Amino acid sequence: MAEATTERRTDYGPPHYEQFLPPIIKENYGKWKYHEILKPGVMVHVSETGAQLFTVRAGSSRLLSIDKIRMYCDLADKYCGGYLRFTSRHNVEFLLTDRAHIEPLIADLAKLGHPVGGIGNSISSIVHTQGWVHCHSAATDASGVVKAVMDELIGHFTHTDLPGKLRIALACCLNMCGAVHCSDIAILGIHRRPPRVDHSRLKKTCEIPNVSASCPTAAIRPTVIDGLETVEVIEERCMFCANCYTVCPAMPLNNPLNDGVSIWVGGKVSNARHEPMFSKLAIPYLPNTPPRWPEVTEAVRNLVELWAKNARKYERMGEWIERIGWPKFFRMAGIEFRKEHIDDFKHAGLTFKRSTHLTF
Amino acid sequence: MASEFPNTPMLDELEKGQWPSFVTEIKMAAKRSPMSRDLLGLLERSYRERIGHWKHGGIVGVMGYGGGVIGRYSDLPEEFPNISHFHTMRINQPAGWFYTSQALRSICDIWEKRGSGLTNMHGSTGDIILLGTKTDELEPVFLELQKIDFDIGGSGSDVRTPSCCCGKARCEWACYDTMNACYDFTMTFQDELHRPAFPYKFKFKFSGCPNDCVASIARSDMSIIGIWRDNIQIDQNAVREYAQKGMDIRADVVENCPAKCMDWDGQKLTIDNSYCRKCMHCINAMPKALAPGKDRGATVLLGSKAPIVEGALLSSVIIPFIKMEPPYQEIKDLVQKIWDIWCEEGKNRERIGEFVQRVGLGNFLEALEVEPVAEMVAHPRENPYVFYEEYFEEDDAEGETEKG
Repeated sequence: MAEATTERRTDYGPPHYEQFLPPIIKENYGKWKYHEILKPGVMVHVSETGAQLFTVRAGSSRLLSIDKIRMYCDLADKYCGGYLRFTSRHNVEFLLTDRAHIEPLIADLAKLGHPVGGIGNSISSIVHTQGWVHCHSAATDASGVVKAVMDELIGHFTHTDLPGKLRIALACCLNMCGAVHCSDIAILGIHRRPPRVDHSRLKKTCEIPNVSASCPTAAIRPTVIDGLETVEVIEERCMFCANCYTVCPAMPLNNPLNDGVSIWVGGKVSNARHEPMFSKLAIPYLPNTPPRWPEVTEAVRNLVELWAKNARKYERMGEWIERIGWPKFFRMAGIEFRKEHIDDFKHAGLTFKRSTHLTF
Repeated sequence: MASEFPNTPMLDELEKGQWPSFVTEIKMAAKRSPMSRDLLGLLERSYRERIGHWKHGGIVGVMGYGGGVIGRYSDLPEEFPNISHFHTMRINQPAGWFYTSQALRSICDIWEKRGSGLTNMHGSTGDIILLGTKTDELEPVFLELQKIDFDIGGSGSDVRTPSCCCGKARCEWACYDTMNACYDFTMTFQDELHRPAFPYKFKFKFSGCPNDCVASIARSDMSIIGIWRDNIQIDQNAVREYAQKGMDIRADVVENCPAKCMDWDGQKLTIDNSYCRKCMHCINAMPKALAPGKDRGATVLLGSKAPIVEGALLSSVIIPFIKMEPPYQEIKDLVQKIWDIWCEEGKNRERIGEFVQRVGLGNFLEALEVEPVAEMVAHPRENPYVFYEEYFEEDDAEGETEKG
């Protein structure tokens, strides 16, 4: 007797958020009046009703085992009636109604190895991508670089000792799965050699018109080699974005000898004071040196310290650089200005210096 | 067959130091999961050789959906058989990333049984990322997720999983109910989310105020950012309290105002709101004293993206101000119109922002039947290459114009 099949359920969407809101939030939804930062990583929101909601924010490695999530759940059960949330920068937040629970929770998080911080004038967690853990086009690892950099900068996560907010992001290739293009400091994996075309496999695995169209600089042309329909890459036009590889697995760019990391600075998404800005190239290339990427961590630490020492209160990295000018920034940072720093893509001319507002 | 726990001298280095270690997380999962054990071995290889060992390609998914599962294959399957295929599942997160421990535990239980035991909380777009399982586990995982009401998110050329800030749930600055709007749009566009039919991806991100905590202006094809139209609310006593507690109101607040529309005489803060640019700085600096106005809504912007293919873009204004009331029909109608034009005229893998650049914002607005307004540009054109469309004919009656 065949089992009667029930109609398959699809398109029911995410669970409605309301069932995950603690009672205090349901009671005060839309009624919050102001908030205060009580100490690094801890804030209180006060409602029109007088209700107080305490938030404890802890950093995490983004890549979490189910064991760790269960540990978070245990803490939420112990201190927050079973409610918790995550932030857009991979932090976990515990929402408390009892001020007395704050310190025990922080102590328990410390036992688990999770620092509390990332609120106010500090560095929050690094938004990042998959890297060698799971990505096909990674030019560097993501989690490892982030771990090494945050080990170095953790003091700025657990303290609010900076002029303003500092947002660091990492993307392991130009796809930029994180908001790297608008961060105070962006760490970006880069390739430096063109794709190696596997002519024997290309026609079987890729659509040639799509592969040609995928190239931003029109460096890929259909061709026939040894009777095989394939493509050729005009090397001097290739700027190693790996977009062709994403649409065509027969064109790998990964190259251990030449892949590495570039550093970008001065981007932001918030509208506070200055309008949102893109990150700009500071360091064109640093080598991949696993497991701890010392060149990258040192470069980032130098940039953070330079900004922290010289920026005015509230001034984000990009606002500070805009005030002092890029030549001065390069001099102060001890970074050599090179041909790679000059844009040569669309609208590049808009980035040339078109005035005598210069510092010497 | 459980594989051996691999020797990982390089990864072990990343268990040192104070920041939480992803290696420790993988090792925790590896105690029970052969997949995670093999992942450790593969990753150690990558660290030694300075190259990734993952391949893409091939289409994997669950029945009836065209997206939400990212196919991944190791290029060393003989050496690491447990991760020869190791696919990611994107699970649509609840709005604002709020959870109960019970819901999270249910997800963990499913993933313990049928996956690697590894997750990302969360992926860059906002989904819960279930990181790595075998092809034949995809359907069973989905069936179990159904039982706990979690659905799969977007991938490929579809609506990507919308995300939002915590809005009115825990923020005094939310100018509209971001979580409600996010959920509402997600439910309205379920078909577009699960069945890719666009030239390329389309992302929605909902931020409650111009601080833009979900980076919508940089990372979404449609950025819906809360804003107000009337006067900033001021509690003068609270301003004085900030001053008494040591805040230099002139230096910290007044002089940081991009519109230079504020003044402080030591007793009273005045704002000429007709010049206020809604940047949030003064409100951020004095949350107890200042608040967004009462006439609240959102600015809708269009077209941001990362560099691939034609270069990175920030979203630009398409609707300067709109009231945000469910069911948000006016915005949804606009979205539908945008999709109709883009699906008809857009090139493969051309994001909406790139499409607008290619066809020109003026022409795009015309096709949308949206009137151009000065709020849409940073400044008017600088070059005189104007496509004039109105002109007189010789025998026109005076004052009468003929459209070209």
